[in-house]
Amino acid sequence: MKMTGADAVLRSLEAEGVEVAFGIPGGAILPTYDAFARGTTVRHVLARHEQGAGHMAEGYARASGRVGVAIATSGPGATNLVTPIADAWMDSTPIVCITGQVRTTLIGTDAFQECDIVGVTIPVVKHSWLVQDVREIPGVIKAAFHVAQTGRCGPVLVDVPRDIQEAEIDFRYPDEVDLPGWRPPTRGHPRQITEAAKRIAAAEKPVLYVGGGVLNAEACPELLDLAQVGRLPVITTLMGKSAFPETHELHFGWPGMHGPKWSNYAMNKADLLIACGARFDDRVTGKLSAFAPGASVVHLDIDAAEIGKLRSADVPVVGPLRHVLGDIAIELRRLQADGRPPQTDAWLRQIAEWRDEFPLRYAENDHVLKPQHVLEVLQELTADRDDMVWTTGVGQHQMWAMQYLRCRRPRTFITSGGLGTMGYGVPAAVGAKAARPDATVVCVDGDGCFQMTCQELATAVLEDLPIVVVLINNGYLGMVQQWQNMFFDDRLSQVHLTHQVPDYAQLAEAYGAAGFTVDSDDDLVSTLEAALGGGRTAVVDCRVDPREQCFPMIPAGAAALDMLEYTGEEAVRAE
Amino acid sequence: MLCNTRAWGGASVSLHTISVLVENKPGALVRVAMMFARRGYNIESLAVGPTERHDVSRITIRVDCATRSLEQIEKQMHKLVNVLRVRELESEEAVERELALFTVATPPERRAELMTLADAFHARVADVGPDALVFEVVGEPHELDSFEELVRPHGIREMVRTGRVGLHRASTRRERRPQHVLR
Repeated sequence: MKMTGADAVLRSLEAEGVEVAFGIPGGAILPTYDAFARGTTVRHVLARHEQGAGHMAEGYARASGRVGVAIATSGPGATNLVTPIADAWMDSTPIVCITGQVRTTLIGTDAFQECDIVGVTIPVVKHSWLVQDVREIPGVIKAAFHVAQTGRCGPVLVDVPRDIQEAEIDFRYPDEVDLPGWRPPTRGHPRQITEAAKRIAAAEKPVLYVGGGVLNAEACPELLDLAQVGRLPVITTLMGKSAFPETHELHFGWPGMHGPKWSNYAMNKADLLIACGARFDDRVTGKLSAFAPGASVVHLDIDAAEIGKLRSADVPVVGPLRHVLGDIAIELRRLQADGRPPQTDAWLRQIAEWRDEFPLRYAENDHVLKPQHVLEVLQELTADRDDMVWTTGVGQHQMWAMQYLRCRRPRTFITSGGLGTMGYGVPAAVGAKAARPDATVVCVDGDGCFQMTCQELATAVLEDLPIVVVLINNGYLGMVQQWQNMFFDDRLSQVHLTHQVPDYAQLAEAYGAAGFTVDSDDDLVSTLEAALGGGRTAVVDCRVDPREQCFPMIPAGAAALDMLEYTGEEAVRAE
Repeated sequence: MLCNTRAWGGASVSLHTISVLVENKPGALVRVAMMFARRGYNIESLAVGPTERHDVSRITIRVDCATRSLEQIEKQMHKLVNVLRVRELESEEAVERELALFTVATPPERRAELMTLADAFHARVADVGPDALVFEVVGEPHELDSFEELVRPHGIREMVRTGRVGLHRASTRRERRPQHVLR
């Protein structure tokens, strides 16, 4: 059927089952936006910054398991997508970014709003295409979606010059992808699976070290089954949070730089680490040579390159986790029937004892609101609900959210881990709401992060994608302040934002959202309840202790077991 | 896995040759090169050209594996969509060749000596000047190294090497190594 290249882009998105795209129009992408206006089943959400559109696509993908789509124009529109693309690269989030490009005849001439976005993003995409003939469009889009979501998920970019969008094509969506060099693994090797099961059955102090890969693989039921069959303690990373129900007796926290002491003890004193969709990131391991010294490693991942990259694996298993975890559980059951029951009771008791002995602590105070307390109250208020989806920014508030929120369902904790992008929280929440209109989406954000992307409140309000923002407002770039306090003799440099510029409640109201300010425990519960129950976008500005530090902490370069702990001294300082 | 190890100013290098088949598409080469740069894999030499298939190019890379294992490098390559196949070219199993041009200072009294040297290496005289000669040497890379060493005392004005290319021997049976099986 004859149509323009721009129409072909939309028909291709429709053929891929795309339900929503996030973007902002501009010169080089005008023909595609005209195709939107002439009619399509794809909903378009208009963001206020392309970075916001990109993070919305990420939040959508993380909340739904589907590929997120972001659209921008050439030049600055495209470069504004670089941060979300790099973020999706680091966290393996499947997104397809479609950018307009100047006419093919102008490429390379430094034309208006020209940028070699394919060149710029080569290090941070799985693959990218500059479409050079209109007839390539259907095949390229099919390939783009395929690459984004097969093997280890990640971002792809399709750059479409303006004259290609305007050219005529006889559209037919292909049945097959043409990617001869792309062969992701489909099953784990049976011998490796058997060996993995044997090691698990024999281990006395095993730990299931669970990363974001389990969520990407939709392997949470298989993980739960394996943990229960093997009586294995589960420790989920920041990216793996919500892959295992955190109220389950086998869940034992989160490892790493700000993980609780009992979780890091378990990780580092284990005799077997079963790494599932996790990558031995430096935030988790601390000093690599001192990490889990007594542990053998079973490493399960779809990406062969991660295995042995930082820590050598005794039993590597490459394959999709749903099959791998399922097959290992089958083997484990067989071994148990053969007279090898789990021997982990003493170990589970030990970790529970550590948890009792080293709980998370902070100084309670009647005069100033503590950020940890805000998170605890949020958790209490929402504990019985089944519909919570959380997003966060990056910083101290993110770590407290990890420590104090209890997620029971997969894909309910959406955060920027690998790149650590401040400003991720609000747009990711908008994207998550588009994926889960039934959910109550709450963004726990910092005041520094919020100011980076708060313009997307307009999107939330006007596109009817209501989110609740709980601002952990300490008036500082909290995590930077913490490092300066601990490692630079408390010489604070360029971290003071102030509590009240801007007045966040007023800012929210200016955006058509509900704004609340809380600075004491008296109003905290009632205000949060009002915001959560209001049915509209809301910002709750919780003014907290400006100098509270996040504990425990493994200093950079230190061994995990040399973590700094809260010592019980008062930490209140006047602003 | 045998390593070709040379000590160089104190730091040891362990060089391997990888032969990579990539789709003959725009950007394929730059993606490989940028991936090497990003991951810190040092490229000693690189040669790229067409193959017997019009849609497939071959890149022959000499890479320093001192800091990252060859296995890790190969696995990262496989993640690139344009990469079709990655094989190590181990010296005993491969036919390797390289071409070099040397502009050597040759006062008339030294000319005969240099020509004898060139003969020993089957080097051709590609160009003659009043006080210099351009030699063309084709052979196994270590032969080029030797020629360079021998000619150096005479004074090398300029030189260029193409980087090695290679193919697996026709004479030995090549074992198909399954991908992703790790020891």
